[in-house]
Amino acid sequence: MTARLRNAATPVDTSRHLLSVGDLDRDQIAELLDLTDTFVEVGQRSIPKVPALRGRTVVSLFFEDSTRTRLSFDTAAKRLSADTMSFGVSSSSVNKGESVRDTIETIEAMGIDAVIVRHSSSGVPAQIARWTDAVVVNAGDGWHQHPTQALLDAYTARSHLGDLEGRSIAIVGDVKHSRVARSNIEMFTALGAHVTLVAPPTLLPPDTTAWDVSVSHELDPVLPRIDVCYLLRMQSERMTEALIPTLREYTAGFGLTSERADRLGAEALIMHPGPMNRGVEIASEVAERPNAVITEQVANGVAVRMAVLFLLLGSGRHLTQVHEEAS
Amino acid sequence: MAERERRLTRPYGGVFVARSQVMDVDDIHRALRRMSHEILERNHGLDDVVLIGLQTGGVQLAHALASTLEEIEEIDDTEDGVPVGTLDVALYRDDIGIRPVLPEEVTAIPVDLDGRVVVLVDDVLFTGRTIRAALDAVIDFGRPRIVQLAVMVDRGHRELPIRPDFVGKNLPTRRDELVDVTMQGVELGELQKS
Repeated sequence: MTARLRNAATPVDTSRHLLSVGDLDRDQIAELLDLTDTFVEVGQRSIPKVPALRGRTVVSLFFEDSTRTRLSFDTAAKRLSADTMSFGVSSSSVNKGESVRDTIETIEAMGIDAVIVRHSSSGVPAQIARWTDAVVVNAGDGWHQHPTQALLDAYTARSHLGDLEGRSIAIVGDVKHSRVARSNIEMFTALGAHVTLVAPPTLLPPDTTAWDVSVSHELDPVLPRIDVCYLLRMQSERMTEALIPTLREYTAGFGLTSERADRLGAEALIMHPGPMNRGVEIASEVAERPNAVITEQVANGVAVRMAVLFLLLGSGRHLTQVHEEAS
Repeated sequence: MAERERRLTRPYGGVFVARSQVMDVDDIHRALRRMSHEILERNHGLDDVVLIGLQTGGVQLAHALASTLEEIEEIDDTEDGVPVGTLDVALYRDDIGIRPVLPEEVTAIPVDLDGRVVVLVDDVLFTGRTIRAALDAVIDFGRPRIVQLAVMVDRGHRELPIRPDFVGKNLPTRRDELVDVTMQGVELGELQKS
């Protein structure tokens, strides 16, 4: 089937891409996290580079601003010896009115193996997966998903706590508008952890019954019994929607202040996907504590993305499937 | 390692069925002892020697060689023994993208390899492609003074100009046969398609 004939009704082969945490089962998640160990070790070498993806081309297609995710994917691809191309909307023909479809087909014509996509609308990476033969990795779409963030968070938590089965994890803040929250809820529950969403009602989705989570509108009672306090970024642009009275009021109720951090268990981890609003969702001093693993999350991000790119591009995983189908 | 991967991997996948035992547990120990003496003879002792076992088949052999070497040289537990590293060459293979390849174990090189005598240890030497990958990997960790190769079984059918320095047993085989090396012995057999 040529790309032009594909339309929205064409099913996406989710095993070839990484679009959503929901496409992964527990074994696949475990395999990715185990594989990440290998790439953490590669990152610690004096020459942190392996020739695994020589000759492959990876394109970052970012329709939305990002520093850490784009740099992290870029570093991951380079450490695997892949060639990288970068595409920023501000400097591209999208500004001249080129459609996403024409953009992806133009880039594909240059010969690419993987596209890393970020877009402000949910579902764009899945749509691109219908239009291209390249592997598509979702680097964040709208409020929907950010699967590599969830993988690196699970990896970071697991490296400190071991198996997450039965562990208690609080996700605190603007769950409603957060793709990180959606991905992490699916990730942590898939790994057997108990997830509690902590937010004022205005920052929660109207219905959370589809998830196996508990909900609390107060942070204080939750603190002593959790193993991970996962803080979401308070998006100040939400202030215009009048969902919370003021940022100061949010901090008073839901910010991880020094006093609140003291009430966490001694082993409890403090995590944040960045960029942090110091003094809003997290006190500046708390972010520097030894159990705050925020910079570790960033470091593990590169290794997790190497594991994802290698698994999708280099491991020949689809070859296994081809052989299985043939036999 | 090449052996194991072929065993696990389609279209090679299937079950290993042993036809004959080629070495028993005593033979393995005698071979390890002889190889250890050869390593000592070639390198005039253990100065700068580092053993690197290739994941996963070579790792146990590397540890066994290290303890035999320490025994012969009368190095006791209070002194520094022979450093043993492990190496997974999956990310350096030349067949990435042609057949399924996945790293199995984490690589751990405990010492700086600059100027050292590196002895690569693997269970079976077959096409030589795993060793080619291992040479590339080792050089990413430093510049050894010399790299040598110790294998328990050399089964022939080389596809690259690579030869072992220390061999447990030269074993003529057919290409489609399989060699299974454990610390208990060496078996020759076939792959039965599942």
